[in-house]
Amino acid sequence: MAKDNNPRSGRWLVAVIALAAVAAFAVTALLVNIFERKQEARNPFYRVVDLNDTIDDPKQWGEDFPMQYDLYQRTVDMQRTKYGGSEALPHSPTQADPRSVVARSKLEQDPRLKTMWAGYAFSIDYRERRGHAYMLDDQTFTARQQANPPGACMNCHASMVTVYNQLGNGDMFKGFQVVNHMKYPDARKYAKHSVACIDCHDPKTMQLRITRPAFIEGIRALKASQGIANYDVNAMATRQEMRSYVCAQCHVTYYFRGAEKTLTFPWTKGLRVEDIMAAEDESKVTEWQHPQSGAPLIKPRHPEFEVWSLGVHARSGVACADCHMPYTRMGGLKISDHQVNSPLLKVNRSCQGCHHFPEEELKQRAEDIQDRFFNLRNNALDALMDLINDISANKDKASPEQLAKAREYQRHGQFMIDYIMSENSMGFHAPQEAMRILGDAINQCRNGQIALHGGPPPSHNPPNIQNVPPAAGQ
Amino acid sequence: MKSRVTAVIVLALLVGVACGVGGYAFVYAKGYSYLLNDPAACDNCHAMRTQYEAWLKSSHHSAATCNDCHTPSNLVGKYAVKVSNGFFHSLYFTTGRYPNTIEITNFDRNVTEAACRRCHQNLTAAIDGGMIHGREGILCTRCHYTVGHSEESAGLKILLRSGGNHGEGQ
Repeated sequence: MAKDNNPRSGRWLVAVIALAAVAAFAVTALLVNIFERKQEARNPFYRVVDLNDTIDDPKQWGEDFPMQYDLYQRTVDMQRTKYGGSEALPHSPTQADPRSVVARSKLEQDPRLKTMWAGYAFSIDYRERRGHAYMLDDQTFTARQQANPPGACMNCHASMVTVYNQLGNGDMFKGFQVVNHMKYPDARKYAKHSVACIDCHDPKTMQLRITRPAFIEGIRALKASQGIANYDVNAMATRQEMRSYVCAQCHVTYYFRGAEKTLTFPWTKGLRVEDIMAAEDESKVTEWQHPQSGAPLIKPRHPEFEVWSLGVHARSGVACADCHMPYTRMGGLKISDHQVNSPLLKVNRSCQGCHHFPEEELKQRAEDIQDRFFNLRNNALDALMDLINDISANKDKASPEQLAKAREYQRHGQFMIDYIMSENSMGFHAPQEAMRILGDAINQCRNGQIALHGGPPPSHNPPNIQNVPPAAGQ
Repeated sequence: MKSRVTAVIVLALLVGVACGVGGYAFVYAKGYSYLLNDPAACDNCHAMRTQYEAWLKSSHHSAATCNDCHTPSNLVGKYAVKVSNGFFHSLYFTTGRYPNTIEITNFDRNVTEAACRRCHQNLTAAIDGGMIHGREGILCTRCHYTVGHSEESAGLKILLRSGGNHGEGQ
């Protein structure tokens, strides 16, 4: 009997052995996974490089902070959102521009920009922005280099701490002054990296810090205008403020002051666009003259910080880093996402932490804001084109006073449109303020045409809402 | 005969090893804790840490545990939901494929909505009864989403006003 059953029981045995082996294998694998997950929850921080202010290579910092470094390197990714970002466009390398890939040209997308900036370097080459990884190359090889820019431009397109220290013999401010009035190609020789760890972090404590003299001076001037004397940003800013201020070292508007080409943030009167125009008017800044209309013009630059500060997110205490560098899970740790890019590419982490609505719904809300802004921006640019064409066509007919008045309206109307258009959020950072600026800018262009033709000055008869009777009991 | 004895011994060894390793994994991963009611069990995986810490500081801390709101009250339903959620949570946690900001599923939201009504029926009966708000009715947690474990109200996510002096309302 035993003999009869032997083959069958043998097969049965083999099957059970195989099953038990597979089970043991699977359970062991799971056990190891559980062990790894438990380890993740601990803080695996090892300092293998003793960092200091002479080490500017982000790779060295990456030895100590591999996860942050890995994310930082991913700023090479090119990914579009509806209105922003960049896709890689192939480019045939030349002697002057060896890049094999560039971003889309905004000038080709909207030729009105060429008219607006006619006679100025921005009408030569103006492209979509790319990730931090490209900042130095994109500046080095832009066709705007034909206009012979000063070294001051490099303050925001390279890792500068070691450059300042080298050129200023350890004095950052002195180094800053030296860089500003160098010729760009001369200054460029000192730069080795795009913005890097050292530009925002203290090498000993890893605390955020400000390393750009222009911001230190700009924020001091701003605070002084608000009654706070001798503001020292590195000593007095809160941690949450620093999570915006480190970005505001560069994502702001500016001009180059005087023959020294000192990089200056025009914040002496406040951060509204009118405050900034008034500050530049007071400093008698004029960057170029429009070849068709003859208007004396100024160029605003990407005022992300200024516009954000007038929006509801700033008012609610949300910093740049909260949305652009949201916490991301790395094993059991949460770290700041150093792949700085659009929150629309990471809605789950950027928005849903506070806004408890589906991802698609939140994305749609943001795009609705941007669609409305984009439409009004187009109307505003049309209004500006009308003003420029009108002045050009009537230069000989209008009186010198009428012409001067119309040109002043162009200076301010164009500044406002350029300001909010150069701001990299398509109106999202402060939706209502962005639309207000466009509305007021269209009015500036309209007033310019009226002034040109000798029409009456604008009348202001707003309803006197102070006369609304107080509510009962007050 | 001899080979058969050997085979049985090998089989027994293997089954024994499988049981032993399985048993160790069960104890090491605190598997037994999932059968009980202690909220600390939900914090065994760090994925739920913020929810757990926020609950510790929440208004419902003294009134309700995780299971009170996230499983049905009847015994069969309770363990059925535990098995289902336990399986999927383990799956996603093991593979690491889950979003940073987790969202409740519709099924689990219904479980929680029922739990609100179980304790607060004196209030909710009148509200639910008198309202016609479409098929889904009204959700307690749409407005009262902070009562269980809100990171904001627990102060885990501190949004300080960044000075409030950047030019607004001057």
